[in-house]
Amino acid sequence: MWPAEFDYARPSSVAEALQLLADNEDAKLLAGGHSLLPAMKLRLNEAPLLIDISRIEGLGSISNNGSLTIGALCTHADIAASADVQASCNALATATGMVGDQQVRNWGTLGGNVAHADPASDPPTVLVAFNANINIEGASGSRSVAASDFFMDLFTVDLEPGEIITSIEIPAHAHDGSAYVKMPHPASRYAVVGICVVLQRDGGRCSGAHVAVGGATVRAMRSPGAEAALRGSALDDAALDAAAAALKEDIANDLIGDMSFPEAYRQEMAGVYLKRAVRAAGG
Amino acid sequence: MKISVNVNGCTRESDVEARTLLVNYLRDELGLTGTKIGCDTSQCGACTVHMDGKALKSCTCLAVQADGCDVTTIEGLAQNGDLHPMQQSFWDNHGLQCGFCTPGMIMATTALLTDNPNPDEDEIRHGLEGNLCRCTGYHNIVKAVAAVAQAGGD
Ligand SMILES: Cc1cc2nc3c(=O)[nH]c(=O)nc-3n(C[C@H](O)[C@H](O)[C@H](O)COP(=O)(O)OP(=O)(O)OC[C@H]3O[C@@H](n4cnc5c(N)ncnc54)[C@H](O)[C@@H]3O)c2cc1C
Ligand code: FES
Ligand code: FES
Repeated sequence: MWPAEFDYARPSSVAEALQLLADNEDAKLLAGGHSLLPAMKLRLNEAPLLIDISRIEGLGSISNNGSLTIGALCTHADIAASADVQASCNALATATGMVGDQQVRNWGTLGGNVAHADPASDPPTVLVAFNANINIEGASGSRSVAASDFFMDLFTVDLEPGEIITSIEIPAHAHDGSAYVKMPHPASRYAVVGICVVLQRDGGRCSGAHVAVGGATVRAMRSPGAEAALRGSALDDAALDAAAAALKEDIANDLIGDMSFPEAYRQEMAGVYLKRAVRAAGG
Repeated sequence: MKISVNVNGCTRESDVEARTLLVNYLRDELGLTGTKIGCDTSQCGACTVHMDGKALKSCTCLAVQADGCDVTTIEGLAQNGDLHPMQQSFWDNHGLQCGFCTPGMIMATTALLTDNPNPDEDEIRHGLEGNLCRCTGYHNIVKAVAAVAQAGGD
């Protein structure tokens, strides 16, 4: 299957890419191509010009100066293997290590993943749980958007035409354990439900918890109810039951479903996977 | 668009349409038909090649993205008429039946052993999640990969 015709450009700097975007209405950025090209082959998407940003220098590194900064062009495989990511945001290493398959992880990028915002993606759930910021460059300068505001709806994010995601920044967040657990679609490996939990402990008690859910919902989102149920608890079975019930209520108006995995099923599984995530995070 | 790709150690210059997929370039322009098209929707892995040493589904990449890169296909594995140890191991362990998935399986598993020279069975199966086989039930494929890892060569 061939995509519809398009022109191709390969800028070597962000400035050059921004200029190409400004000069060419409807042009699209191409990073790893692992969401865009399959859609273009199926003629679900097209563009008069593809701007291949994959060789722009400086967008492919991971650094840790207090906060963890991951260049937009880092691949899932780069992130899963990064000692910096494993040390300060292990759930992201887990999530990127569970994306699709070996070949997809080698070429798909974090910038492309968050820009595409497939509700069944893995990394957005972790980014929302860790209060990550999406760093964006545009013709009028740079801006930074909190992940929880960035993911707006199905395949819809706070990104204007003409803007480029340059990096994703995860602020330092002292915690005692984090986990991402996923119910993979048996054929596609995308998330039917994905849960990220970040725990802080004070002796036997949970002194703070971040809980985010994806896959089951239109966008990756926090669950304030589940977080409140875990906070101050001993993370015993009763607390987990309460947290699961609160999570299911929080997502009730944002569920997605299909023939294989209807809304009610995903809602129920979100509760089940929340409990698994808390246990996996050491709770 | 003019591209120059190092394919199996030889520099190949071509003029391709921007929308040409890498797999079509390899098969139709260069005649390297060992790389198969199974699904054409990024699922089956039959089209797997190595680009700059990393496994890639060549149906999910444009030929122009490979410009200036090193690409290895199944045709590039045997050296001086000797099968690559992975090819030999698929033969020895009966890791194929119809053989359609085999080039992709071999390219995926050689890349897997480069990243992880000593995978256990679970790691081999995880590494093969992007490759589908309709015939073998995977058992002998996993056996073939484990045998190469045990022999310490890829
Ligand atoms: C078989 C298969 C299985 C998969 N399974 C999973 C899975 O289990 N979990 C999961 O999370 N994902 C999965 N994916 C998706 C994968 O993670 C994609 O690679 C990723 O979503 C897109 O990244 P990319 O670099 O390939 O982006 P591209 O396809 O190049 O681009 C995607 C979109 O983002 C835009 N874009 C790209 N980079 C930027 C940027 N820096 N700034 C602004 N816009 C940009 C593009 O214009 C395009 O609209 C799967 C993909 C395949 C093919
Ligand atoms: S033909 Fe490329 S993955 Fe199936
Ligand atoms: S041997 Fe027939 S598809 Fe694998």
